[in-house]
Amino acid sequence: MTDRFDIIVVGGGHAGCEAAAAAARMGARVALVSFARDSIGAMSCNPAIGGLGKGHLVREVDAFDGLIARAADHAAIHYRMLNASKGAAVQGPRIQADRKRYKDAIHTLLDDQAGLHIVEDEARALTLDHSDSVTGLALGSGRILSGKAVVLATGTFLNARMFCGADIAVGGRVGERAAQSLGDQLRARHLPIGRLKTGTPPRLDGRTIDWGVLEEQPSDGGDWTMSPLGPGRAAPQLFCAITRTNARTHEIIRAGLDRSPLYTGAIGAQGPRYCPSIEDKVVRFGDRDGHQIFLEPEGLDDPLVYPNGVSTSLPADIQTALIRSMAGLERAEIVQPGYAVEYDHIDPRALDASLAVRAIPGLYCAGQINGTTGYEEAAAQGLIAGINATAFAGGRAPLILDRASSYMGVMIDDLVLQGITEPYRMLTARAEYRLRLRADNASTRLTSIAQAVGCLGSARADWFNSRIRVREALLTKLEKESVSSERFAEAGVDVSRDGSRRSLFEWLRFPNVDAAAISRVSDVFDNVDPALIAEIAEDAHYAPYLARQEAEIRGLRANESVPIDPALDYRAIAGLSNEMTERLERARPETLAAAGRIRGITPAALSAILVHAKRRAA
Amino acid sequence: MTDTIFALSSGQPPAAVAIIRISGPRAGAALEMLSGRLPVPRRATLTRLLDPVTGEGLDRALMLWFPGPASATGEDLAELHLHGGRAVVARVMLSLSAIESLVLAEPGAFTRRAFEHGRMDLAEAEGLSDLLFAETEWQRRSALVMAEGGLSARVKGWQDRLLGLSAEVEAMLDFADEGDVEDQGESVASLNARIAILAADIRVMLDRPSGERLRDGIRVVLAGPPNAGKSTLLNALAGREAAIVSPRPGTTRDTIEVPLGIAGRPFLFIDTAGLHEGTGDEIEAIGMDRAHAAIGAADVILWLDETSESPAPERTIALYPRGDAEGRSMSPNGDMIVVSAASGAGLDALVAAILERADHLLPRTGEIALNRRQRECLASSHAALQTDDDLLIVAENLRVARADLDRLTGRAGTEDMLDALFGKFCIGK
Ligand SMILES: Cc1cc2nc3c(=O)[nH]c(=O)nc-3n(C[C@H](O)[C@H](O)[C@H](O)COP(=O)(O)OP(=O)(O)OC[C@H]3O[C@@H](n4cnc5c(N)ncnc54)[C@H](O)[C@@H]3O)c2cc1C
Ligand SMILES: Nc1nc2c(ncn2[C@@H]2O[C@H](COP(=O)(O)OP(=O)(O)OP(=O)(O)O)[C@@H](O)[C@H]2O)c(=O)[nH]1
Ligand SMILES: [Mg+2]
Repeated sequence: MTDRFDIIVVGGGHAGCEAAAAAARMGARVALVSFARDSIGAMSCNPAIGGLGKGHLVREVDAFDGLIARAADHAAIHYRMLNASKGAAVQGPRIQADRKRYKDAIHTLLDDQAGLHIVEDEARALTLDHSDSVTGLALGSGRILSGKAVVLATGTFLNARMFCGADIAVGGRVGERAAQSLGDQLRARHLPIGRLKTGTPPRLDGRTIDWGVLEEQPSDGGDWTMSPLGPGRAAPQLFCAITRTNARTHEIIRAGLDRSPLYTGAIGAQGPRYCPSIEDKVVRFGDRDGHQIFLEPEGLDDPLVYPNGVSTSLPADIQTALIRSMAGLERAEIVQPGYAVEYDHIDPRALDASLAVRAIPGLYCAGQINGTTGYEEAAAQGLIAGINATAFAGGRAPLILDRASSYMGVMIDDLVLQGITEPYRMLTARAEYRLRLRADNASTRLTSIAQAVGCLGSARADWFNSRIRVREALLTKLEKESVSSERFAEAGVDVSRDGSRRSLFEWLRFPNVDAAAISRVSDVFDNVDPALIAEIAEDAHYAPYLARQEAEIRGLRANESVPIDPALDYRAIAGLSNEMTERLERARPETLAAAGRIRGITPAALSAILVHAKRRAA
Repeated sequence: MTDTIFALSSGQPPAAVAIIRISGPRAGAALEMLSGRLPVPRRATLTRLLDPVTGEGLDRALMLWFPGPASATGEDLAELHLHGGRAVVARVMLSLSAIESLVLAEPGAFTRRAFEHGRMDLAEAEGLSDLLFAETEWQRRSALVMAEGGLSARVKGWQDRLLGLSAEVEAMLDFADEGDVEDQGESVASLNARIAILAADIRVMLDRPSGERLRDGIRVVLAGPPNAGKSTLLNALAGREAAIVSPRPGTTRDTIEVPLGIAGRPFLFIDTAGLHEGTGDEIEAIGMDRAHAAIGAADVILWLDETSESPAPERTIALYPRGDAEGRSMSPNGDMIVVSAASGAGLDALVAAILERADHLLPRTGEIALNRRQRECLASSHAALQTDDDLLIVAENLRVARADLDRLTGRAGTEDMLDALFGKFCIGK
């Protein structure tokens, strides 16, 4: 009896935790299966959360009452708003986390979540019925869990191999095992599987670093946080430091290339272009005289330091030499050498836009298994997969976020339509409607959607409902209250005295009129949350551009309404090249607009598809 | 069997060109009956149209054949581009209605058929060949058919430059924190400069007048004070006495248009009334108004007055007239061309200068002539290319500019931009 669940989630990483928690928030009875209870919520690599594009994802998951932002606030020992000097649309909140505090926070959040049960075991195989639908999961202990849907969030663990110089080990993370039998089962079901690699830098003993000679980077002032509902800035703040590689470092690396598995051919899989190993940087951009390296502490009472920027799989002796060639690191000790991991991932084009595996009803995939990299990317997919698995189990329509709604929508659309050629990481450049998809307005964009799918806890719902009221009232006031240019000028705001009268909202579009300027002529902002004021001021500032995008988006959404048969025989359509046919067959777009977004699909090809579909229907 | 419909789909005659569209299963048969053959699909073909019954010649026309389903209506579709006189159009319509199962289309029937065949959403998705439908004018069409490849290549070049610019902006936005991306202030200025250059390059294409100039001729306006010798120069260029010449100032009162072909290029020379303070004479005032209007619409102004500057210097060839007169054989400054309408001296140089201007105003043979829709896409791309100090807005403008070009040649998406980005910079930790 106890082994019956609605939803079974495999993997206690960032994806799995969000999936399980989201499903449980929606009222499902959830099993979260992971190798080791203790490693649930572990950060495999750099203990940092957020950043450009990624910070957006964190805030979006938080808008659905997810875990990652609140846990990050609990663990943060360094806050930094990236791109702070630019428009809010490209500002990326980022924190440096104390690993232990982060894990503790996740454990607390999971333990407090009703309906969520942690099962410490290995997921060995899916159990399927005669029609290939998921019925549950067989565990290493022999136990069988039954469930209506399963979310796979196994990270880098499928058939994983680790490389450090010539040493090769089986395992998804140092000190942990690989998920072999589940990997074998997926391959046997003919799911399209690819292989990717990623790497991690060596960890240094902070007590052996000469901090005194290095440029310090303190935590941001101010009191912004990842989540409005977190504990605030709960932990003491540390500083990071910056050093650089130099000509000698590069010489050492070049001399060692013949011993790097990336260059000896031992690793064939593609790694990420935006997170290149230091070997790659030196080979591809040999003309540069140095690369910045950030030294980031891993925890409050943890001497480990993460040298951000020297991901490598060179042999340990070369790692030591190259680290010691840098300023401040002359006597640094490596505690754990860097290594590369090569692992299986599912071609995400085998999924539909709800993250369901098309070929196996009831199976969902989220996180690094889908070819992404990063905690935030994993968390966001976990959230959506958890919601959609629960919707599926309850016979409800899936939640599909479009590209105009969120970075989550952009990412999933990219994954399921384009597939991947390298580990996928979020970038603000991927979001064409970037101006409206800001980290600071994630709640406004998404929390009402979350509320509609029943994914909010009561504290979040209360917070949101009161925020909506304040926001509406504030907007009304800003639009109603009109002020003359003279009034501003008299208050010392630099505007031309041309006798014009405008609403406060319109005034906010002027470069010299910011929230502080408004407060000099009006009391509308008195006692209002500064975050809300900043959000509205940014909306006003970019209003004409937002309006233009709005019009574009209406067109986009209209095209989304032309469905394409998921079983369409693309080979029967004259005029499609082999390459197009293959891409369409892999991604199986659900609408004409989605087909049009697939790389290489021309307008002419779209018309051919449409005509064919209509002919068949007639 | 569904009816085959036909209708006049251009404006009411008389007009330069009239287009009749025929859509449906018998469209091909109708073409064969009128012209004796079925042309190569999607190519403008010149033909003689004959009445199928009487064999009477109807018109020399251009025909186009779009076999379904890849046509605007999704059915077999034919187009006849006729000389647009009332009689010709009426006569061809009559011949068509005599063909079995061809019926005159109800209003909106083409659109409805397009919709029924799933062609409606294609308003934006037509390939370049579909753009041919937007054409109305036959000289332009033939130029377009030849030049299609050329336009795509040009647009591709701009797309590449836009992608490169976007890549740089995105690198500054997404990887700003990494020392490997160039210093901001300096590169924002350089970016803006390159955006302005790209905008200017696109402007050149937009400014190219193409079809209208081919058809109507390049407008060359002779202007200057009374008695400067404008009419005499016109006559010398035309090789005939097109305008009255006299020693009295104020001889020419109205504008005089003289079409001329020079070296295979079409021109329309326009002589105007002399410009001066005015005596209060009403007719003279009207004449000068017309002269000003002609100058306003001129492609090239021949300005016959060394003592004042042309009202539109950038479109002007400045002349130093009466080169045969005492002491006037040399221009006091090198920019003016010395001409003598009396002796013919300097006319060669003048003609050469006019031809040089003409070559910038006319599409070269086989060169790109934009149709209205292409022009619109380009124009909106150009309009989006505004410089700004806010990188976010620069990025947004570039995105819009790329999307507008994409409408011309098909999509170059975000991934292409990222390829450009990662190829160019060492980014990522
Ligand atoms: C070496 C390395 C370096 C990285 N560097 C970075 C970086 O610098 N920055 C960054 O943002 N991201 C980095 N990443 C990626 C980031 O760690 C992952 O993208 C992210 O953690 C993926 O989350 P996930 O939930 O998909 O999987 P994971 O966090 O990997 O979690 C998978 C979970 O599934 C469990 N599991 C797997 N198989 C089974 C099974 N069969 N039965 C039971 N339990 C199972 C595992 O125990 C684990 O708890 C790196 C990853 C690695 C391995
Ligand atoms: N010597 C000489 N006389 C010229 C030349 N061109 C024009 N003339 C004389 O100048 C007088 C005026 O010439 P027009 O051509 O009528 O001058 P216009 O500019 O048309 O004058 P309006 O029509 O009155 O504005 C005539 O007597 C011409 O013979 C020239 O190149 N050389
Ligand atoms: Mg005259």
